[in-house]
Amino acid sequence: MILTKTRTLVANYSVLPVRAGYSVKLHDNEVALFKVTNGKVFAIENRSPHPKGGVLTEGLVSGEFVFCPVYDWKISLADGKVQAPDEGQVKTYQVEVEEDNVYIIK
Amino acid sequence: MHMKKLVMIGNGMAGVRTIEEILKLSPNQFEITIFGQEPHPNYNRIKLSNILQGDASFEDIIINPLDWYKENDIQLFTGEAVTKIDLKAKKVFSDEGREVEYDELIIATGSNSFILPIPGADKLGVTGFRDIKDCEMMINSASQYKKAVVIGGGLLGLEAARGLLNLGMKVDVVHLMPSLMERQLDPIASSLLKAELESQGMNFLMEKETVEIIGDERVAGLRFKDGSFARADLVVMAIGIKSNIGVVKDSGIYVNRGIVVNDYMETSAPNVYAVGECAEHREIVYGLVAPLYEQGKILAERICGKEAAPYEGSVTGTQLKVAGVDLYSAGEIFEDGTTKSIMVYNEYEGIYKRVLVRNNKIVGIVLYGDTKDSTRLFRMLTKKEDITGVSIFESQCSAESGSGDIASMPNDELVCGCNGVTKGAIVEAIKTQGLTTLDQVSHCTNAGRSCGRCKPMVNDILAYTLGDQFDAAAAQKTSICSCTTISREELIAEIKEKGLTSVKEVMNVLEWNNEEGCTKCRPAINYYLGMIHMDEYKDDRDSRLVNEKMHANIQKDGTYSVVPRMYGGVTTAADLKKIAVVAEKYEVPLVKLTGGQRIGLFGVKKEDLPSMWEELDMPSGYAYGKTLRTVKTCVGAQFCRYGTQDSMALGIELEKKFERLDTPHKVKMGVSACPRNCSEAGIKDIGFVGIDGGWEIYVAGNGGVDLRAGDLLATVKTEAEVMEMTGAYLQYYRETANYLERTSKWVVRVGLEHVKEVLANEETRKALNERMDQTLKKYIEPWNEAIESENIKDKYYAVHTVKAGE
Repeated sequence: MILTKTRTLVANYSVLPVRAGYSVKLHDNEVALFKVTNGKVFAIENRSPHPKGGVLTEGLVSGEFVFCPVYDWKISLADGKVQAPDEGQVKTYQVEVEEDNVYIIK
Repeated sequence: MHMKKLVMIGNGMAGVRTIEEILKLSPNQFEITIFGQEPHPNYNRIKLSNILQGDASFEDIIINPLDWYKENDIQLFTGEAVTKIDLKAKKVFSDEGREVEYDELIIATGSNSFILPIPGADKLGVTGFRDIKDCEMMINSASQYKKAVVIGGGLLGLEAARGLLNLGMKVDVVHLMPSLMERQLDPIASSLLKAELESQGMNFLMEKETVEIIGDERVAGLRFKDGSFARADLVVMAIGIKSNIGVVKDSGIYVNRGIVVNDYMETSAPNVYAVGECAEHREIVYGLVAPLYEQGKILAERICGKEAAPYEGSVTGTQLKVAGVDLYSAGEIFEDGTTKSIMVYNEYEGIYKRVLVRNNKIVGIVLYGDTKDSTRLFRMLTKKEDITGVSIFESQCSAESGSGDIASMPNDELVCGCNGVTKGAIVEAIKTQGLTTLDQVSHCTNAGRSCGRCKPMVNDILAYTLGDQFDAAAAQKTSICSCTTISREELIAEIKEKGLTSVKEVMNVLEWNNEEGCTKCRPAINYYLGMIHMDEYKDDRDSRLVNEKMHANIQKDGTYSVVPRMYGGVTTAADLKKIAVVAEKYEVPLVKLTGGQRIGLFGVKKEDLPSMWEELDMPSGYAYGKTLRTVKTCVGAQFCRYGTQDSMALGIELEKKFERLDTPHKVKMGVSACPRNCSEAGIKDIGFVGIDGGWEIYVAGNGGVDLRAGDLLATVKTEAEVMEMTGAYLQYYRETANYLERTSKWVVRVGLEHVKEVLANEETRKALNERMDQTLKKYIEPWNEAIESENIKDKYYAVHTVKAGE
């Protein structure tokens, strides 16, 4: 079997707000895009790894981290890792920005 | 590989701790099955009194959630009791008819409350204080009944009594002996404690022996041996524990008061062990946590086949978990011919400390009013250190003297007995993870998270490890958050002095070490800027937390609630219709009256929010904000035969004037037309009570976690005076409170007399009101703003659907 990766256009770079989540429904997944202050774009699953769940798009963004809005966990946008003392990891997606197009690769 | 079958009966603290130790030593050696009679995962029983006293919820005290059992492949049967052990067949049988074989069997069934065998003890409303069920029963009773009697003036009884007081009951504590906690305290400490608890509202019936509980189906009172009587709707027996050993009955295992074990926690039967409160070791059954954990450790080593040091019994320390009481005791209490006392007694400040010494070694400790020395003294006691030339009490100068003390402390020494955390583990966490505050250390290592007694010691270790970098003030968290060392006062002074005008500027200029801040400092800075630059500051919406950013309350599943403003709790048929139509159209799953007399629509998707607001065409009720939430009113003079004032009109006027105002924390008001207080004005941030010819203004009440009755701020004659006083008071709170400090805490901190003094000055009042009025001018209705702005709708409320593939 050949594994192919699909590339999906999910947003225009210029419309992404800085330091705020952008919700995208992709197939059955909810993805949260974040454009941070340095201009990088990250994509993570819009679901907190907290056992009681919750969303992430509405979280406060600081540097390359987002604070989960419901339980205040600090989560790395780069690798999805929850910062100590809490534990867990959010699924991250690879992002490509080409001209004004933002793609998710999966 | 064949895994041995390990079965444990009991799912409590001692047993599960043993399993944790086993998993640490040898994660793949056993196939583990646990039976728990309670329908819950493992919880921290020491914290039940925190639940009862309203400081914790059940979820807060769960130690190992169900996921933990899954992750470790532990088969857990909750709500199922083992009824029989067959030693020959090596099997246990449960009340659900289950049969499970074992290679090794641990009995950790704990204990039950000891219930006095007196007539009437089986009546409704009589309970022990051992598990979450007892706790729930007490909480439920408190909502229906008024008067409780706690039998037992020991640790548990006093904690239960304090909890019942917090729940609003009147409480008598019945004690058999002439002094409280007589096994832990000497008469002086005991009398100090009694006086303090009496001032908190406990009533003591000393030297009373209960002989009968009276009542029909439910308890109505108690009769004592001396013929006297006490009325009671609820009786809590907290007089001790009884090992729960029913399961070993008829099994042939040797029992006395508990299941008798040797120094390796082995019972008389092969491959069967007992640990915790069901076990009796050298004729002692322990009812405190630290020894149980010691036992668990030794048992784990034994079961895993490691060479274990024998368990030789524990010396235990006791700490009372009651607000306003600092109390610690350990070891022997009373002098005999061979002991001498070292004492400090400061009657004026209510501090009493006594250490009992025999042959130059500490054998007993009693500390009241100041327990900072407890960990250090307790260590000297257990290590049998020679105290010649050592100064005993030195807690006043903790950082320095503590350091010297820490230096000599071996790395493997246990600092937090509850969670088994050593000095070495704490030092390593501080060094490798760059920790600087006590809170961070607790979070990372668990030290101090159970009973909290070791916190001063942890702080000393922090000071010692950080050396020069240790900032005592910072460690005690007076800084705004870990992004900076600046305090609130410094921040406000800097903003004013340097003319800082944005969140980003504040963090840049004041050299925040985390350049975009965190969830603690960003909302706070945003608030302070808005408060200082009352007209020109542009709110930084992305520095607000979710509810305020979205202008709706987020629920745990990511949906929101919509609560329209309903001034003074008054609505119209037309508005009700509108709400109903919208609720139906958007298939709102829950429509509920909120605690603040409004209608809440719950379970709304974020993308539906703007259109629902538009169709409702009502202002936001700010049910989510650090702002004026609601003004609750009674019907008052217009309809009520007792009402002396028009409470609805005043409530509406207040709500219209102060709505949308940013405050350090949420603010609630209540207006009652008479002292019957149907709107609960006595437990609001500001409460107004109509009297004949005027209004009483109460402040700093709180109906939340820290229940607090309001204090009378002033009595005024006219509604204009009410508005003036309220504006000045609120503005003074806005200007001087820490962000996230409720008025109840703020008034206690700055002092009611101080606030009264400030507000007594007419000029000051006028200036405060001017600043308030200027601030109020800048607010616009946020729902309306969202409807009208495509940008806001897009940025905050849109969900973008994407088709698959490029």
